[in-house]
Amino acid sequence: MAISFTLNGKPKTVDVSADMPLLWVLRDTLDMTGTKFGCGMALCGACTVHINGEATRSCITPISSVAGKKITTIEGLSADGSHPVQQAWMEEDVPQCGYCQSGQIMSAVALLSKKANPTDADIDDAMSGNICRCGTYQRIRKAIHRAAAMQAGKGKSAA
Amino acid sequence: MGTTFVVKRRDFLKASTAGGAGLMIGFYLPKKFEALAAVPPTEHAALNAWVRIAPDDSVTLLIDKSEMGQGVSTSLAMLLAEELELDWKRIKTEFAPAAPAYFNPLFGLQGTGGSTSIRASWGPLTKAGAAAREMLVSAAAKRWGVEESACRAENGAVLHAATKKRLGYGALVEDAAKLPVPQKPAVKDPKDYKYVGKPMKRLDTPSKVNGSAPFGIDVRLPNMQHAVVARCPVFGGKVKSFDATKAKGVRGVKQVVQISTGVAVIADNTWSAMEGRRALAITWDEGANAANTSKGIRKLYAERAEQPGVIARKDGDVDSGLAGAAKKVEAVYEVPFLAHATMEPMNCTADVRADGCDIYAPTQFQTFNQNTGAKITGLKPEQVRIHTTYLGGGFGRRAEQDFVTESVEASKAAGTPVQVTWSREDDMQHDFYRPGAYSKLVAGLDVNGWPVAWKHRIVSPSIMNRFFPGSVQNGLDSSSVEGAANLAYAIPNFQTEYLLTEAGVPVGFWRSVGNSQNGYIAECFIEELAKAAGKDPFEFRRKLLADAPRHRGVLELAAAKAGWGQPLPAGRTRGIAVVESFGSYVAEVAEVSVNRGSGEVRVHHVVCAVDCGRYVNPDTIAAQMEGAIVYGLTAALKGQITIDKGRVEQTNFQDYEMLRANEMPKVEVYIVPSNEAPGGVGEPGTPPIAPAVCNAIFAATGKPIRRLPIRAEDLA
Repeated sequence: MAISFTLNGKPKTVDVSADMPLLWVLRDTLDMTGTKFGCGMALCGACTVHINGEATRSCITPISSVAGKKITTIEGLSADGSHPVQQAWMEEDVPQCGYCQSGQIMSAVALLSKKANPTDADIDDAMSGNICRCGTYQRIRKAIHRAAAMQAGKGKSAA
Repeated sequence: MGTTFVVKRRDFLKASTAGGAGLMIGFYLPKKFEALAAVPPTEHAALNAWVRIAPDDSVTLLIDKSEMGQGVSTSLAMLLAEELELDWKRIKTEFAPAAPAYFNPLFGLQGTGGSTSIRASWGPLTKAGAAAREMLVSAAAKRWGVEESACRAENGAVLHAATKKRLGYGALVEDAAKLPVPQKPAVKDPKDYKYVGKPMKRLDTPSKVNGSAPFGIDVRLPNMQHAVVARCPVFGGKVKSFDATKAKGVRGVKQVVQISTGVAVIADNTWSAMEGRRALAITWDEGANAANTSKGIRKLYAERAEQPGVIARKDGDVDSGLAGAAKKVEAVYEVPFLAHATMEPMNCTADVRADGCDIYAPTQFQTFNQNTGAKITGLKPEQVRIHTTYLGGGFGRRAEQDFVTESVEASKAAGTPVQVTWSREDDMQHDFYRPGAYSKLVAGLDVNGWPVAWKHRIVSPSIMNRFFPGSVQNGLDSSSVEGAANLAYAIPNFQTEYLLTEAGVPVGFWRSVGNSQNGYIAECFIEELAKAAGKDPFEFRRKLLADAPRHRGVLELAAAKAGWGQPLPAGRTRGIAVVESFGSYVAEVAEVSVNRGSGEVRVHHVVCAVDCGRYVNPDTIAAQMEGAIVYGLTAALKGQITIDKGRVEQTNFQDYEMLRANEMPKVEVYIVPSNEAPGGVGEPGTPPIAPAVCNAIFAATGKPIRRLPIRAEDLA
């Protein structure tokens, strides 16, 4: 079944089973391996992408449901790591093993697109779906505040 | 420039109480691995095994340890860059191939574990870097016809001060490579360090924030297929029969084949393989463990604990010490089996061909992988190339061979490269678990409340018995007693006993190994003694560590920074613990509030003091302590693997819960400045957190927590 959508700003069409999760279409059909597999049950957040700007767990999103929609993955945040959230992550040296970080960053970007200056409680709410086994939560929190400040300073809203 | 690395016949390490059993991995090198010592290094850098310099002066440093988040790909690069006087902005790193040049000198094979990376590599890498620097200086001096002493290396180039001549390393490396390697190169004085000791930013961060860092599961090869494996849920069970008809009918499934661990479904994508597996009909021969239960295991442990064990440590005479004691304290402590739960599930990619085998793996033990590949394919070890990727967490799990075995067998059957991926359920249920253990302790206090006798009897399965068959002598697995047998408290009559007890559950190395259970038990039991004596837990420990300055140093630092003894907000208490492991000393103070009604334990703040001797990157150390604390705290609050009908009951993160962002305490880390030999950093932060939290709970409720995870019913 041919399904068309926009991926990181470019049109894409895939011919796969309608129930194949978006995660596996990204990783195996399209070789876009930045989005990760962690649990397959939307419990860990490693597979987080944006669908029409909303943070979504791609492991339980059937490909048929994204027809005609705009998908953004970690690869699409910037061409060169210049997204403020990526910059903040680098300044705080957030990642350890790094496997969960694509999902963490996508969730953080979505949070900042809704709340330009999130409180710690906002961060708890938005980010508690993303597990980090290496325990980088403290640095993630700091980096989100930093990214918020960077974006406020530039007068930009999070993309 | 090849030097065949000769592995000593038996690479025994002295079993020092300070070293702990983390180093015991290198304690016994079975003879079969010695054959791998004859494998000549495959590719060489121009100057030595670790450095490649391009004509444009850019440098590639080969990292021979596995990067699993502990930051070695940066800290090892720092050691090389320091001695080689490299321009930090112009270096890249690559993971080294499997070759004797990259053997971990503490193991006698290529592997990452036991928190050994820095202490194993510091000497060799600084020596290699300094030697390469001297060769480059020598090459420049020869070319200019000047004295070497008039030249110096700086920022990736050699300079001649008098004439202001300058040559980048790229222009010199060919000539330098022809020179003899200095046997005693001059390494830098630490006071001249530019990089080492500084919080350099990690080199792998940029690729980990843009999705490009390749993990094992991200490997993509031409013609690669994807496979998942159906394994008997009961440990030790086997395939009796299977019907693949429906599986083969699933779109994308290409082949279904039995392998040594179960039935592999091979497809053109992971999802189809998983769907194919769902459509398999398999009958299992469940085997001898089919009736195993957690309850039964506990009963077995308790029975075994009634018997005297093998002596792991014996000072004085505990029985007379106890007989003469004014007060006795007795306790039974229990800890569960624990899963590793790396965020990246187990996976491996193998490409088996007639002329060779390439294995792409997030692996911790490359030499074992070569051996595994050779055994299955019939190829020689040197025909099996290991490509180490980033690891999405290791924690000791990726020292095992099972995921490598499966991918090699699947590729051999398929005739194409095959990536075997484990689902989260596979990963949860087919782990090599941190052993569940049972401890019986009894201690005696004198009239002044000071301990005069301490007896600790440990019942648990043995990791070493399985991982290194033959390594356990006289029933004593040193990894089962580490954290218990090496206590530094001044107790005149001290005895540790061990009863090796298999429980039908595969066990393996889990972050901090035996220290993870024994650190908790020892630090909670010493707390019970302090309470029985009516003494402050910090002062009690401090007095008993009078002759252990490094333990005492971190204990005092953590207490000071945590404001021990100063008032806390209402409803909060503090607990303290200090554990030595892998050559380092860590103390933690946890600030906790307990809601006895709801059973909720909230950890607000952890202060960590670490003495790891000389160090390379203080930011890495802070990050590792933060992470190790989260790892241990998750286990203390939530972790347990339970067995019913011979199988693990937990399946995914809904029933094996992880600590999440909203539960993260504020963590502060203080590093003790030191000139001592480097100790480990990856694991030592884990053992103290569970007892620190439990001791804080004890302070709040008046009841010790004698089993993990912490349960609501144990708070009231």
